[in-house]
Amino acid sequence: MIQHLRFPDAVNLALVREMETDPTVFAFGVDVPDHKRTFGSGVGLVEKFGKKRYFGSPLSESAATGVAIGAALCGLRPVHIHARADFMLLAMNQLVNMAATKHYLSDGTVRVPLVVRAIIGRSWGQGAQHSKALHGVLAHFPGLKVVLPSTPQDGYSLLRAAIRDDNPVIVLEHRWLYDVSGPVDDAVVAPLGVCRVARVGRDVTLVGCSWMTVEALQAAELLARVGVEAEVIDVRTAAPLDRATLVASVAKTGRVVIADNDWTYCGLAAEIAAQITEGCFGRLQAAPVRLGFAPVPCPTTRPLEDLFYPCAREIVRAVEQLLGRPPMDLSGEIFNEYERRFKGPF
Amino acid sequence: MYTPQSEAEALEIYRKLVLIRQSQEAIIQEYAKDEMKTPVHLGIGLEGISVGVAHLLPPGTKSFGQLRNHGQYLALTGETDAFFGELYGKVSGTGGGKAGSMHLAAPAQGLLSTSGIVASTIALSVGAGLAAKYRGTEELAVAMFGDAAIEEGEFWESFNFACLHGLRVLFVCEDNDLAIHTFGADRRGFPSIVGVMRGFDCYTFEADGTDVCAVLTAVQQALTQMAQVPKPAFLCCTWFRFLEHVGPYSDFHVGYRPQPPAEVLQAADPIWKYEQFLLAQGVDLERLQAIRAELAQQIAASMTRAKAAAYPTAADLYRGVFA
Repeated sequence: MIQHLRFPDAVNLALVREMETDPTVFAFGVDVPDHKRTFGSGVGLVEKFGKKRYFGSPLSESAATGVAIGAALCGLRPVHIHARADFMLLAMNQLVNMAATKHYLSDGTVRVPLVVRAIIGRSWGQGAQHSKALHGVLAHFPGLKVVLPSTPQDGYSLLRAAIRDDNPVIVLEHRWLYDVSGPVDDAVVAPLGVCRVARVGRDVTLVGCSWMTVEALQAAELLARVGVEAEVIDVRTAAPLDRATLVASVAKTGRVVIADNDWTYCGLAAEIAAQITEGCFGRLQAAPVRLGFAPVPCPTTRPLEDLFYPCAREIVRAVEQLLGRPPMDLSGEIFNEYERRFKGPF
Repeated sequence: MYTPQSEAEALEIYRKLVLIRQSQEAIIQEYAKDEMKTPVHLGIGLEGISVGVAHLLPPGTKSFGQLRNHGQYLALTGETDAFFGELYGKVSGTGGGKAGSMHLAAPAQGLLSTSGIVASTIALSVGAGLAAKYRGTEELAVAMFGDAAIEEGEFWESFNFACLHGLRVLFVCEDNDLAIHTFGADRRGFPSIVGVMRGFDCYTFEADGTDVCAVLTAVQQALTQMAQVPKPAFLCCTWFRFLEHVGPYSDFHVGYRPQPPAEVLQAADPIWKYEQFLLAQGVDLERLQAIRAELAQQIAASMTRAKAAAYPTAADLYRGVFA
């Protein structure tokens, strides 16, 4: 069945379906059963499944992660929820030293079917401690899977796949997606580790991750007006990475702009650039281009935030440079449109 | 005071104690050959706590420990093949050679995880306690850790969580007053470990860990109370670490602590103490010697098998990152 859903409702639907069909699935996190229900994604879950299966946690991100790991080792499927990805930094020891290694060190005898869901902060003024994504850091470690949806459909399908997966999977949901609506087919299964070709093109490949896929699609629309057909690939899974789809696309187009919701230094964009270069060096017309956060801690004041975050405009300009085209007139265009939907506080 | 129900049970306890002691001594003998390429944190002196806890755990208990885990492993499994296999880094080991001494596990006997990062597995034990409550079972979870683990924030977060939810988790503090080479007085801002725990919604117990019967007594009380009204139990057992923090040698000569006189060392030896108890109960010394000889054979045979077993291959390197 296909419904038109807001992103939080798609996430909610995934949780409902998983909790309905599998009694071992439960979810918890700081304040999750409050009146706001994690920006709406937790609506109705306490009411439907009870406090045993949807409950709030003390402010103990590290031990709560360990609790989830322990429960997973005992055969439950916990979903641990953070209002901000930045809070996962308090849990890095459990995620990296414990969750990521248990299956390997036990010679495959134990499993950690854990899901950690975290929101990537952005609205306005979130600042340096409420704006990180961390997929570059987490994808770095063997044993962790990292997933970033960019549509309501993937908000549903990737979360269900993550819960079904017997490994630790971190799902990073961008805050602006929470105001995005789109078709959600509840029968669609999204395997982890597979990119999505969001738009077919031939002149340049735009690789997007999380919110930057939305920006890349806007950029592709603008470029189409001047006859440049961009192929847009949505990464979806940072680890394990679907190298084949990325390489095949750039082998076809010869040029790539990688737009990440993160810093480019030591990040996923750097990894993708390296893998594309390795995979189709002879077909490249130019070096891969990476776009990401300005290499500074995220500032809160509006004018600096605008400079910190790249958007569709920067992607268009990068493509024009790659193709040696004059800059098109973007003066009448609206960028960062989703920011206007945000009314605060959090 | 806990008393074994039969001579058979009394000897079973002895067997577990000696299995640990002799396994540790076997490692000490062989370690200098550099064939067990893994840091070993030995439990000479810890046996009373390892056995006192393991002996009374009902089937289905989920256990978690830390790097000084040999006693916990051996007390729960009684086996030495996979144990030495892992120490020698072979495919026959508990982790196929990949885990090493600090990460021994025996999922079939409930030992789900041990870890080199102090206090990390305490949170996991609370997860196991949560899983038992979630499923509506009376299964226990056990976390064993040294006194230094109490200084980690992870301990307090975990303990708070367990007390908040009234989970049947037995927290066993193996208190030897040392964190590697630093004494408790230089690490803690409070005088009594158990004293602090009494402020939480839990049961608290203390025992002389050099006396396995004292540990058994405390554990039995803890299990009884947890079964009646589910709450975590905190058991603090004192013991004396005979050897260096890591490695097979004694290090009194280094100077951070004085070498105690021989009679003090003997009084801190849980094996010697329990032997005195058994002999006083009228058990024949020959029975004890026979058990020792049997276990010496078991250990020697396991070590021979471990040395002969295969190393993992290049293909094994990549196996098991993901399920």
